[in-house]
Amino acid sequence: MAKIHVTTTINGDPTEFLCDPAESMLDALRGPLGLTGAKEGCGTGDCGACSITVDGRLVCSCLMLAAEAEGHEIATIEGMAQGEKLHPLQQKFLELAALQCGICTPGVLVAAKSLLERNPDPSETEVRYWLAGNLCRCTGYDKIVRAVMETAAEMREAAR
Amino acid sequence: MNDQSNKWIGKRTIRPDGVDKVTGRACYAADNSMPGMIWAKVLRSPHPHAKIRSINTAKAEALPGVKAVATAKDFVEFPIDTAVPLGIQDMRWMARNMLAHERVLFHGHPVAAVAATTAEIAAEACKLIEVDYEVLPWAVEIDDAIAPDATPLFDHIQFEGKPSNIAGKLEHKKGDIDAGFAEADVIIERSFTTRPVHQGYIEPHACTVSVAADGSTTIWSSSQGQFMVRAMTAYLTGIPQSDIRAIPAEIGGGFGGKTIVYLEPVATILSRKSGRPVKMVMSREEVMRATGPTSGAKMTVRIGAKKDGTLVAGHGIFYLQAGCFPGSPIRGAAGCSFTPYAIPNVLSTGYDVVCNRSKVAAYRAPGAPIGAYGVECVLDEVAQAIGMDPLEMRLKNIAHDGTKAVHGPVFQSIGFAQTIEAALKSEHYKTKLTGKFQGRGVANGWWFNAGGESSAQVNITEDGNVVVTTGHPDIGGSRASIANITAELLGIDYDRVSVLIGDTATIGFSNLTGGSRVLFASAMVVTESTEKVIEQLKQRAAKIWGIDASAVVWENGEARPSGEHTGNFPTMTLAELGAKANETGGPIGAGSQQNTTGAECGFATHICDVEVDVDLGTVTILRYTCVQDVGKAIHPAYVEGQMQGGVAQGIGWALNEEYIYDKQGRVDNPSFLDYRMPVCSDLPMLDTIMVEIPNPKHPQGVRGVGEAPLVPGPAAVCNAVSNALGIRFHDLPLSPPRIVAAIDANMKQAAE
Amino acid sequence: MTDMRYLAPQTLDEAVGAYAAAAGAARILAGGTDLLVQMRSGMVKPGLVVDIKKIPEMTTVEQTADGGFKVGAAVSGAVLAEHPTFGKVWPGVLEGFNLIGSTQVQGRASMGGNLCNGSPAADSVPALVAAGAVVTVQGPDGRRELKVEDVPAGPGKTNLKPGEIVVSFTLPPRPKGSGDAYLRMIPRTEMDIAVVGVGVSLTLENGVCTAARVGLGAVAPTVLLVEDAAKALIGSKLDDAALDAAAAACSAACRPIDDKRGTIAYRTKVAGVLLKRTAAIAAERAKGN
Repeated sequence: MAKIHVTTTINGDPTEFLCDPAESMLDALRGPLGLTGAKEGCGTGDCGACSITVDGRLVCSCLMLAAEAEGHEIATIEGMAQGEKLHPLQQKFLELAALQCGICTPGVLVAAKSLLERNPDPSETEVRYWLAGNLCRCTGYDKIVRAVMETAAEMREAAR
Repeated sequence: MNDQSNKWIGKRTIRPDGVDKVTGRACYAADNSMPGMIWAKVLRSPHPHAKIRSINTAKAEALPGVKAVATAKDFVEFPIDTAVPLGIQDMRWMARNMLAHERVLFHGHPVAAVAATTAEIAAEACKLIEVDYEVLPWAVEIDDAIAPDATPLFDHIQFEGKPSNIAGKLEHKKGDIDAGFAEADVIIERSFTTRPVHQGYIEPHACTVSVAADGSTTIWSSSQGQFMVRAMTAYLTGIPQSDIRAIPAEIGGGFGGKTIVYLEPVATILSRKSGRPVKMVMSREEVMRATGPTSGAKMTVRIGAKKDGTLVAGHGIFYLQAGCFPGSPIRGAAGCSFTPYAIPNVLSTGYDVVCNRSKVAAYRAPGAPIGAYGVECVLDEVAQAIGMDPLEMRLKNIAHDGTKAVHGPVFQSIGFAQTIEAALKSEHYKTKLTGKFQGRGVANGWWFNAGGESSAQVNITEDGNVVVTTGHPDIGGSRASIANITAELLGIDYDRVSVLIGDTATIGFSNLTGGSRVLFASAMVVTESTEKVIEQLKQRAAKIWGIDASAVVWENGEARPSGEHTGNFPTMTLAELGAKANETGGPIGAGSQQNTTGAECGFATHICDVEVDVDLGTVTILRYTCVQDVGKAIHPAYVEGQMQGGVAQGIGWALNEEYIYDKQGRVDNPSFLDYRMPVCSDLPMLDTIMVEIPNPKHPQGVRGVGEAPLVPGPAAVCNAVSNALGIRFHDLPLSPPRIVAAIDANMKQAAE
Repeated sequence: MTDMRYLAPQTLDEAVGAYAAAAGAARILAGGTDLLVQMRSGMVKPGLVVDIKKIPEMTTVEQTADGGFKVGAAVSGAVLAEHPTFGKVWPGVLEGFNLIGSTQVQGRASMGGNLCNGSPAADSVPALVAAGAVVTVQGPDGRRELKVEDVPAGPGKTNLKPGEIVVSFTLPPRPKGSGDAYLRMIPRTEMDIAVVGVGVSLTLENGVCTAARVGLGAVAPTVLLVEDAAKALIGSKLDDAALDAAAAACSAACRPIDDKRGTIAYRTKVAGVLLKRTAAIAAERAKGN
């Protein structure tokens, strides 16, 4: 079966690629597109390490066919910083040591950014439940949750 | 180096590798590609135990796109009855673990591997490999493996004169337990079981290997030890170590599970045969079926105490599942569980049981959480029987400097008592629980901690900055701590220090990342190297000033003339001396290689509060505090991180994590859906109290911290649930059906 | 290279045509949260995947003229949660739907997929059963309607005819004083497949329950409509005796299995426990309406 030609936008850049019909978006990102920030931790949507957004909606890229990207806007971890300027979440994660091995970090950051875009003032419980699909084995989540909430507070302050 | 004057040690600096990790730039093993790369897949055994009569790979090799096939025939031969030690492993078992030799010993055991131009073709080719199996009887659980009619897995493994699945025994003895128990006012004896649990690293094993036509081999892999990767690959392929360059990628978690290899030697064979770089990545299912979880266990613990709370005797018998090859962590179970206590009479015996399950791999203080589960639960009951506070009773009996440990050494400069005292004084412990079905549990945990070989190189750049190369994969933020130490020693800004992890070609031998030793060992060699560099800097300044080097002092990042020359010359900064390096004698840099010693043990006290929904059997962790003797916390945030991570793993081990096997001897839950690790919403904030008793044998007072945080967890949680319900639990995990069944049984009993 | 084809038709007729023509070798792709997992494990090897997310009727949420709702079968939980009124009228249906998987999964998973995947533990189904939802289905022979409880036929199976695709879910208008809720038992707080799931919808008039429906999931080969539990509630003031009777009816209706997620005894007991808790929440909501 011939490959499918996909025209899409990734991190704001118009992008074209070829994919096998059965190929997942995660495989396309990590393969032909060279965007290895999204990770495969499980391939079955249980760990969130492959998180991206599609038209601003948080999804697991392992649960999406690459062909579905046609005509949509994909955002990955690689688009979160603006050149040298880190997103406040990225900066806060570094300051509060909210990562150890770092493998879950891209997925967590994409998910957390999505949360704060929808809910700029989440409670601790809301943060925890929003991030329940992002497994971390190193940190016990404590510093991750603190980093998200502190960033939210700072972003609210900056917006005033 | 005293605390008040520390500029970097003890500070929460930003880790050198951090920006790459928060932007997705950091390169993990599966992120790597090499030109001309092909993909490999593994064919795995469908049987838990079978003889391999023959393997026919002809059809696979003929499939278009297939470039190479590997089986055990391609490995160097290691006869099954001759031990070949490498570190704590035995290469005859490692060889068979990676590719089945005479028999397949567990469902999922690798039998062959295929490299092809695409992963799909490699997978298709695997299906074309014809294996003729003669199915054999199998046993997964300890009781089945040691039953009188059980089939011994290995003829040459004998116990008490006959072939047996008990492959080893370890015993620690102190005093006379019979005499000890005779003095006891209270004796509690209980039997416990725990299930196998997996380290749960989010990153599956992965590697890319390229073998050139002359045999020079480059390995890029996710591992906790590039020197181990090189060595094991050399042993199994016959390629000399000097021809193998093993590069550690950033590692996405290990917890001990990546202190051995599964893929690299296989990929090396395939690359050698095909002449192409070969990439191998495990799926999550492969990780769960075929990489070592830790042992399941059954144990009996008996402890005797006097009315006043003095412990007089302790007896533990621990059976641990090794999986299909010998080597379960009985050393941790038998050797750590009674150890932190000054009990005069102890007998602690561990039995290593082989069975048809994947070979065990190290998991964060291997064996110790298992032994601690039994001992700390019994200690809790002893305290209850005597009517003493569980922490006070532990404090009363805790080892002090000068206590002889049950495994031999005499404790020196330990902080066990201080840790328990800090727990007793903590706000958490002083806060009373007021809700229904709420309970509190405590437990202690002890771990050896290791020293071992480490190498480092410290070089000064021409623009006066510092590049430090160390030898251990950074699994939790150690680069940040090394940068703190180096900046502190040199008296320069933290940002001027770059820390890299070398590979086997670019840094000297360094032992595994594990054993809570990375910072301990690498800090020692980095310190020695930096001190040599400082001597060089002083000599260069002396040369420039025309004075004796002994009259130069290095302070605050500068060389300063002292003694009779005080004030005679303006100071010279690192930048200035760096710029003049070549004209004053050449490059400024130094290395160090040591077999570091003086690692002191780790100890933690946990306090856990839970609430039980008695109708559903679910347990909510309300509050958790980990108190630990952490030595000098070079980077407090990463020390806290180790504590919090270990706590989360302990909670998972206690409540919901377990390997479930079906009736065909296969893992029934090989995914993160049904292998239930704690998710973000399962946990509260995890509080930490760091008790800093510096290790006097280390230049910065470092004490390993990575493993002790897991050891008390399962017991602390179990004691908490017991306290909440007034029911004792002896089997982990405390899954909801188990809790409900226990509550129902208890109510029935109460009614009768 | 697979032999699979991917099609993203713009119209329902095109989708049904292609799906039916593939004669069983095709799968419908909405959120993909089950399909891609099954494809990856080799459990399913479709020759054709029909992506229905470009079809307007399947991706929209409308309020019908009589005050009910029509939810497109491909609508995700996240989209439905953003609807201004749906969650106010059917909080139980919405919460069941949005308990599937994680936030990421909820960004994709659809009611149609959750129902047609045929898992007895599907989180969106018990509350839909309790709500009395009706499913509109289109196939080669045209359009028809089924009660949602009549769609699942067993684990992994539906009663749909060859070539039929679920198009939308219609929820009836809500009488005043009505409320619904969904609760499930899982070992962790998120991310698990339901060990037991209960959906209750009821109507209260002057404190008396005048209508009730109970959907029970994960305790039988399909989600159950437990009429005996509803009967125990109807006519009562939801006092302890009525709730106990309804709980016992749920436990009695269970035909669960022992598996890696729960035992027979445990599921049977928990069915009763959850019925009481779910009914209590539904009643609170009903009082507020």
